[in-house]
Amino acid sequence: MTRPLGLATREAYGLALAELGRERPEIVVLDGDLSKSTMTKYFAKEFPDRFFNMGIAEANMVGVAAGLARCGKVPFVSSFAAFLMCKGFDQMRVSVAYAGLNVKFVGSHGGISIGEDGVSQQSVEDVALARALPGFAVFVPADEHATRAVVRAAADHPGPCYVRVGRPKAPVVYPDGCDFRVGRAIQLRDGGDVTLVANGLMVAAALDAAEALAREGVEARVLDMASVKPLDEDALEAAARETGGIVVAEEHLLAGGLGSAVAMSVARRRPVPMGFVGLDDTYAESGRPEELMAKYGLTAERIAEEARRVLALAR
Amino acid sequence: MTTTHPAVDLDRLRDRARELRRAVLEMIAAAGSGHPGGSLSAADIVAALFFHELRHDPHRPDWPDRDRFILSKGHAAPVLYAALAACGYFDAGLLRTLRRLGSPLQGHPSVRDLPPVEASTGSLGQGLSVGVGEALAGRLDGRDYRVFVMLGDGECDEGQVWEAAMSAAHYGLINLVAIVDANGFQLDGPTDEIMDLGRLEEKWTAFGWDAVTIDGHDMAQVVRALAVPRPDWGASRAAGGAARGAVAGGAMSGAAAEAAGGAARPRAIIARTVKGKGVSFMEGNNEFHGRAPTAEELQRALAELAAGGAAR
Repeated sequence: MTRPLGLATREAYGLALAELGRERPEIVVLDGDLSKSTMTKYFAKEFPDRFFNMGIAEANMVGVAAGLARCGKVPFVSSFAAFLMCKGFDQMRVSVAYAGLNVKFVGSHGGISIGEDGVSQQSVEDVALARALPGFAVFVPADEHATRAVVRAAADHPGPCYVRVGRPKAPVVYPDGCDFRVGRAIQLRDGGDVTLVANGLMVAAALDAAEALAREGVEARVLDMASVKPLDEDALEAAARETGGIVVAEEHLLAGGLGSAVAMSVARRRPVPMGFVGLDDTYAESGRPEELMAKYGLTAERIAEEARRVLALAR
Repeated sequence: MTTTHPAVDLDRLRDRARELRRAVLEMIAAAGSGHPGGSLSAADIVAALFFHELRHDPHRPDWPDRDRFILSKGHAAPVLYAALAACGYFDAGLLRTLRRLGSPLQGHPSVRDLPPVEASTGSLGQGLSVGVGEALAGRLDGRDYRVFVMLGDGECDEGQVWEAAMSAAHYGLINLVAIVDANGFQLDGPTDEIMDLGRLEEKWTAFGWDAVTIDGHDMAQVVRALAVPRPDWGASRAAGGAARGAVAGGAMSGAAAEAAGGAARPRAIIARTVKGKGVSFMEGNNEFHGRAPTAEELQRALAELAAGGAAR
């Protein structure tokens, strides 16, 4: 089925941030000359005194946020995910993670669905990098409603966070609002034959895949794993026990992302056959978002295929 | 440049610096590893800061109005630890645990393990950015503390230093002071051979700072250079007048602030120093960049320090 398109998750982030700014004077925002794209522009317009454009200098921006956090501010730091995580990584590691400081990083234009701008702007490593940092929480919301809940949860969370949002309008998964909790999977559909785990744009694709599988008589459980870290290992163990197979889908490299996190947990707690949908050791290219998603296999069809393969192994 | 505090006892500060050097050598020798050269070159400046210029309270390391000191050249951790112990932040006996398993005195400063340390450093180039953030927070909150950041000259190879320098000038952070401990060496050799920094003072000036070059071992010069006035954000606001967001937010470039009646440049102090200062066989000897003295070398070094103090 086609889900109605809602706001882009970056747009929802920008609006949620301005909303939080009204409630919490300790929130400050830093951006690396991309506020019109990351949508921190809404906060900047409303709270110019608490908005700092740090220019095209991500490493410094991350360090400055650490200093602000050390003095009791709650900085939200934004850029494109690729630049924020890759150029600011050493500073996140030493100035923020090692120091245990309360800084919120929000990378926009995550994944390949940013489209035509091409590989240098397409972030496919960010979740792996953020996951690797001790003490970091990592969230990848699926739609505008999930984003609003995630941004609020990130502000409440005591410690550093990374949130990935996307460029294109996102299909609405939570028309009635999203009850996001840090470290909790959200079950969007129940099923006993196989489990589909996804986050970001791949949640809508997983729901579509579940509907296709249902037409074949396969009942798939769907878990939105917006909270990549901490990970809901209990939900995964239950899924493994009750459905016997798990497929993970993400708009990210397979190495180090959600699939890796889920596989480690499943291997440790209750090994079952698994399948993975994501970029397999490759970059994408320029193209329209939907063309790229199709060419690189980030589709409901691929998820359903992988589920059939896992089902065959599980039987 | 502002005048020296009339009551400052330079001899007392020189004695303090010698005590820091002694503690540095003893703790690195006990640890069996560490970086004596860059700790000794920084000792006079660190003594002037902790025993004279900084407003701080060892009983309240989280005092919001404290002056901050960030050791961006984190490998000089021993001189920072020596100063903190001498001020009473922790018992001096702890210095003997440097680099040992379970000690809060990590090989490079860790704010999580030792809260009086202002920032976790050791990956060169990061401290000035943290200082910019602390200085910005001070401006936002209207507090009159100052933030001092010590960098190495080799550290100025790092691009992040210049990103931070640019942003400090852009935001008119008159409460920020960068001190470059220019001892002329980095790990692999002399800085002008490894990566020539050129005219360092002119670089900082070009980045919008009020830069001065001093002899980093001349206590009178050190004390004078560090005497940066406390920010009076209310006055800056009044002086800024119609300048949009002059104080509470937004950018205020140095030029804009000066036009508005205030000198709004952060201070950069290029301190020419001698690596290994105070111990004849370590001075200018880059072997002691990152090697502990042997027991015999330690005894000779301590004897020299003691004699130097008596002969002062």
